[in-house]
Amino acid sequence: MATPNTPLWEVFIRSRNGLAHKHVGSLHANDATMALQAARDIYTRRGEGLSIWVVPSNAITASDPSEKGMMFEPAESKIYRHPTFYDVPEEVGHM
Amino acid sequence: MATPSIKVSETPLVLYTLRRADDALILGHRLSEWCGHAPMLEEDMALANMALDLLGQARELYSYAAEVEGKGNDEDKFAYLRDVRQYRNLLLLEQPNGDFACTMVRQFFYAAFADLYWRAMMKSCDPTLAAIAAKSEKESAYHIRHSSEWIVRLGDGTEESHRRAQIAIDDLWAYTGEMFAIDDSERGLIDAGIAIDPASLRAQWLKTVSEVVSEATLSLPKGEWMQQGGRSGRHSEHLGHLLSELQSMQRTFPGATW
Repeated sequence: MATPNTPLWEVFIRSRNGLAHKHVGSLHANDATMALQAARDIYTRRGEGLSIWVVPSNAITASDPSEKGMMFEPAESKIYRHPTFYDVPEEVGHM
Repeated sequence: MATPSIKVSETPLVLYTLRRADDALILGHRLSEWCGHAPMLEEDMALANMALDLLGQARELYSYAAEVEGKGNDEDKFAYLRDVRQYRNLLLLEQPNGDFACTMVRQFFYAAFADLYWRAMMKSCDPTLAAIAAKSEKESAYHIRHSSEWIVRLGDGTEESHRRAQIAIDDLWAYTGEMFAIDDSERGLIDAGIAIDPASLRAQWLKTVSEVVSEATLSLPKGEWMQQGGRSGRHSEHLGHLLSELQSMQRTFPGATW
């Protein structure tokens, strides 16, 4: 239920040291402090997190789905950008 | 009620542990009553989380009381097979949920105490109580933070939320004194270093509570008279209704499991 008093927030959780914060969902809260508390209560109940970010959803600028042709299709034909054409010497092992 | 109540040998340490276990169970049960009814999903989860923290504390304390008593009682028997007069919780914690402001003020008054209490109890010379305190302190630290933030927003929110928060404070204030009271059975435990004297926490509690209430543009009542009785089994009418729901299954179907 969206009301002017409880805007939407996006929640990002970092589950372990060395990993990046990952988007896990959204919630409604009055302000940043309450959003952080709610994120803790909703998204870290099973020990999922070491760190939480909350971001006002309206601070996110999103790409327009109707422009996905222009935005993303040109990259599809450029397979040479994937680093899969190199011979890796045996001694290197798994990279 | 088909199943008779158990008998409890209330030696000082058993009684002391049962009192804290009952605090946690009764407040935890009150919070669980919000499940599915909170004003928003986010708070529904927050209240249920805190209820589970308290239920966990209650289980550890009941188990320890059973071990100390050594009469074959266990956590379930303590919870399900004692009647109102055998319950030893603070009157504050059995008060009905009321509106959200009432629940938050009750939570705030108690959590501000519990956080100080568990931190002090980490130094108990009883290793089990000290260990339970160390775990509970982290939980109560969040409970006080959560409820403080709500008190500020309710008090300093709309005219309506301010009004409701102030009514809740006025209604519940007289139940706060019981948190700092002790009786002879506790005096011995305090002298032995097993328990702490709650009176020593009162100044800090009042400071914390006053600061939050003042930031919330609310005010504390001037009244000095305090209600007591829960610690010795003299309860308000509300506890009987709570227990009849909490205990109905075990009283009707003794020993039922699923």
